[in-house]
Amino acid sequence: MSATLTPVQPGTSGASRIVRRIATARETGIAVALVLVIVAATASNPTFLFSSDGFRDLLLTPSLLLLVAVGQAFVIITRSVDLSVGSVVGLTAYLTGRLFIDIPGIPIIVVFAAGVLLGGLLGAVNGVLVAWAKVPALVITLGTMYIYRGINVAWTGSDRINASDLPRDFRGLGTEHLLGIPILTIIALVVLIAAAWYLRNIRGGRELYAIGSDPDAAHLYGLRVSRRIITAFVVSGALAGLAGVLYAARYGTVSSAAGFGWELQAIGAAVIGGVAISGGVGTVWGAAIGAFLLLTINRALPILGIDDFWQRAVVGVLILGSIVLDRLLAVRQHRRLIAQREVDR
Amino acid sequence: MTVVTDAATARVYQAHARPAWRRLLLTRETAIIALLIVVIAVALASVRNFDSPLTVTYLLRDIAPILLIALPMTLIIITEEIDLSVASIVGLSSVMTGILTQAGLPFPLAAALAVVVGAVAGAFNGFLVTVVGLPSLAVTIGTLALFRGIAVGLLGTTAITGFPEEWTDLAKANIPGTPVPMIMIVFVILAAVFAVLLHFTPFGRSLYAIGLNKEAAHFSGIDVGRAKFTLFVLSGAVSGFAGVYFTLLYSNARGDNAMGMELQVIAAVLLGGVSIFGGRGALHGVIAGVLLIGTLGSALRLAGITSDIINVITGVLLVLSVVSASLLAWLHQRRSAAVGRRRGRRSAEGGAAGDETHNHASTSHQGRKQR
Repeated sequence: MSATLTPVQPGTSGASRIVRRIATARETGIAVALVLVIVAATASNPTFLFSSDGFRDLLLTPSLLLLVAVGQAFVIITRSVDLSVGSVVGLTAYLTGRLFIDIPGIPIIVVFAAGVLLGGLLGAVNGVLVAWAKVPALVITLGTMYIYRGINVAWTGSDRINASDLPRDFRGLGTEHLLGIPILTIIALVVLIAAAWYLRNIRGGRELYAIGSDPDAAHLYGLRVSRRIITAFVVSGALAGLAGVLYAARYGTVSSAAGFGWELQAIGAAVIGGVAISGGVGTVWGAAIGAFLLLTINRALPILGIDDFWQRAVVGVLILGSIVLDRLLAVRQHRRLIAQREVDR
Repeated sequence: MTVVTDAATARVYQAHARPAWRRLLLTRETAIIALLIVVIAVALASVRNFDSPLTVTYLLRDIAPILLIALPMTLIIITEEIDLSVASIVGLSSVMTGILTQAGLPFPLAAALAVVVGAVAGAFNGFLVTVVGLPSLAVTIGTLALFRGIAVGLLGTTAITGFPEEWTDLAKANIPGTPVPMIMIVFVILAAVFAVLLHFTPFGRSLYAIGLNKEAAHFSGIDVGRAKFTLFVLSGAVSGFAGVYFTLLYSNARGDNAMGMELQVIAAVLLGGVSIFGGRGALHGVIAGVLLIGTLGSALRLAGITSDIINVITGVLLVLSVVSASLLAWLHQRRSAAVGRRRGRRSAEGGAAGDETHNHASTSHQGRKQR
């Protein structure tokens, strides 16, 4: 009875709340920018989207970076950073090729497991050093970035894996598609949804935000800070390892320079997507859309008539723009909260 | 309690309880210098041609840009900030030198303008960090891409090579009668300026205060924003100068010059004993750190070991240097805790009332730590 009598406040029904949440989400802005880039590029050259190749490339190219950026988001949310992911991608990509060459007829699933395992292991090394030595991740992962890359170069030498070394089925993963969507993209999306679910709904995921917001409070509250930080680094390493295996499937050739410089691209993608470098804020959706935006802009610039040498400058402007935007939003939010407090009094 | 962070536990304050010789000799800086001397001694004894003048010349020439940029970088990291964009500024300044020289400007003017461009780039970083209030890590990852992007965008894949010979010769020349390149004169002067600035002026001392506690520094009358802004401008200008030198040394201006050098510089600075938490570090340690990485690389290359192993060693040194600091701090804390317990027990046996309250305070302190 009483429930029917209470007047319905405008804007409080379930549907409008969802609409408002989507409209004000940080990820929406970046998604709109992505759509604008795609529309602009398609308008000046329809094959950008409306050709089987164009559509495939649009989805395929960012898929690998998406995986690495999702892992990076896990780490950044805990107020750390993982600079070693690019080296991990290179190392696992070469491991993939080596396994196919050295053990003929090895099942593909075993290679995937090996890549993810190696990546997870390398991530665990980072995590253990960061969590136990209490040294900022920036320093530790800078060191392991050199170490992993050095091991990779020493192992590879001037050797390189060629497409002919890889079995046809495995190569097919990088080129085939299901219902018009490349298999690589499907893998990336499954990982993305699982990661988003974990961060949003599972206790361990929520604790990552708590640790990133205030490590001391998290510790005093009894959260297992060290264990969670190690988990975040293992996830980041394992996803970079998965990306390394898929790198071999996508490109076929793997030299010792595979994955070089990906660490900054992954951090850039996460930052553009609204994952704050100071920890505790952001979603993997944002990081994923950021990765799409970064690489789509790369492909769109030449079509829009801008020399693609300027691509890196555009990336820089994007990163700076999004952190300035985040800062402005934070300041506004702060002011609004203070005003709210005065009203409540 | 809220002020106590992880950073605080890792800091080591100077303990005047120890004798002076221990305080002066048992430091991170001394350890790095000792390691450098050991590496040089071993290399002299076991690597052929390591003592040849040519080795010294090439070694110093190659690490000169890193040595130069490490100076302002040390000051920036001491204030608990970081500048990842230095290598991109080197690239940008190199491209500017090339374009301006090609446009017909006299070389000294082109070089001066390139240094100014570097300073402006640094001011841009400083503006975003101090006025807008953004974390320097995020800002300089952005400007790392931006400045490099402008450099590559201006020149594309072409390289400008025609530089006046008297200038390129000067960059490659040695101090007459020695195997030491001329750039070392500039470096020594700059190093002296930075050492005096950091260790013997109020400005320099205020940087440590900022690194240890920003709020306390602010309340004691230090203009934190202005100090940091100055440092970013300095870092940009020195990187710009390093860019001009880089251009002359290799006689080409390219957009991708000095790619990835930012991490080499930071690795060397951290290896030299500067704490990433801010507030700790000295220039002699940093210079020894750069020389250590350079010498090790040069000796290993002469011994026929490829550059990838050098990367591994750089990484291992970096990780070891920070982990060992944590380990030592942890051991020190355990030892002093044990000493405190022993003292507490002794005073408890004495049974004085004053000591008892002292005991109480220390146990409650320990309880807080365990939580």
